[in-house]
Amino acid sequence: MELTKGLIALFLTMILTQNFILAKFLGICPFLGVSKKLDTALGMSLAVIFVMALSTAVTYPINKYILVANNLEYLQTIVFILVIAALVQMVEIVLKKYIPALYNSLGIYLPLITTNCAVLGVVTLNVDNGYDFIHSLICSLGGGVGFLVAMVMFAGVRSRLESCDVPKFLKGLPITLIAASLVSVSFLGFAGLVEGIFG
Amino acid sequence: MNSIILAVVIVAVIGLIAGLGLAVASVVMAVPVDEKAEAIRECLPGANCGACGFSGCDGYASALSKGITSNTALCAPGGADASAAIAKITGLSAGEVKASSAVVMCQGFCENANTKMIYNGVQSCQMAKQLFGGSKECIYGCIGLGDCVKACPYEAIHICDGVARVNPLQCKACKMCVKTCPNGIIKMMPLYETKAAVLCVNKDKGAVTRKECSSGCIGCMKCVKACEFDAVKVENFCAKVNTLKCTGCGKCTEACPVKCINLITPGN
Repeated sequence: MELTKGLIALFLTMILTQNFILAKFLGICPFLGVSKKLDTALGMSLAVIFVMALSTAVTYPINKYILVANNLEYLQTIVFILVIAALVQMVEIVLKKYIPALYNSLGIYLPLITTNCAVLGVVTLNVDNGYDFIHSLICSLGGGVGFLVAMVMFAGVRSRLESCDVPKFLKGLPITLIAASLVSVSFLGFAGLVEGIFG
Repeated sequence: MNSIILAVVIVAVIGLIAGLGLAVASVVMAVPVDEKAEAIRECLPGANCGACGFSGCDGYASALSKGITSNTALCAPGGADASAAIAKITGLSAGEVKASSAVVMCQGFCENANTKMIYNGVQSCQMAKQLFGGSKECIYGCIGLGDCVKACPYEAIHICDGVARVNPLQCKACKMCVKTCPNGIIKMMPLYETKAAVLCVNKDKGAVTRKECSSGCIGCMKCVKACEFDAVKVENFCAKVNTLKCTGCGKCTEACPVKCINLITPGN
């Protein structure tokens, strides 16, 4: 019971208070790049959730049984990058062969996430916080869902921006960044929420 | 010293395993590429306009190569050239492509159409239409804010004097503008022979139309009487030309008192 409660608290924390995009500012590149339309934002986010969970599941044993066992923690970054990149490529090949529909809908986003810092961020965060396997998995899933929430919300904001009469010097990226900062500020309102519920 | 060698070995082994795994996977799980579809795709213009009825150029190419369709003439932007090239690859007989062009059925230029307000909102016909049907008094005609200009993948449409005009030499007949126009006033007209077209869709009574626009159709029936082929009809106070019956003789054009019937001629 205590464990379940902790896991739910962790999951909600990763979505709301520790949101990867809006609180940790990781993965800003896809956040600004593919949030123009709702369907592309959704496709990208689903791919991120999938890759985050998968890479956590793979890097956890590598970290524990190869790196930590040999006192080689300083190799974490390079090994994680290597493993995640290879993993995503492998997933792409498998999807192309067996689930072409999913491959087509994920399209270019899957290889794009190979070097997404949010994915590396969640893996490193798990190690730094000393989570066990279950906590790592829930943490990365929550991070992915948080990514989805931020992307979908911001896609809505941007579609409203499209039909606004923006001053010329703010058109395009400047107004997008301002809108992003406001969304980020609004997420500050969640501070203390999870602790309040489960504390 | 030992730990350095161990580190190098571990990274190298992980890299090697990943690399070998990917190499094996790319061979074992290789997906055969449809070469015929690729070749057909090369012949198509690549605008992904959807005029063929398939999901973009790739969709049409794969449909042709798989035999879902045998009509090589569906690509309007590619025209006769694309049809012939596809026929060469697939061995099908080349379908005949009849050239056509989009025409904006409105002559509400600044000096013709009266305005009822100054519109300063979002520069989009779709938006302006929701606000009393745009700034012109006539709510049926061209709003002139250029939704079709943005939709056209070939830059064939420009706003001239408050009304969108299609350059028939650049128009590839993809019908993107036809779908976009909120008033539905862009129609496809054949370009292989001369046809008459009523460049007005105003459905108000003649007297009302006259106050709104000096070149609007007032439904006076003069064109109906002038036509020797029974090709012109007046419905809802607005003349309509049946292109199947029209011979392009130009009698209706001469008879029209407001000069809203034009002849659409090939190469013009």
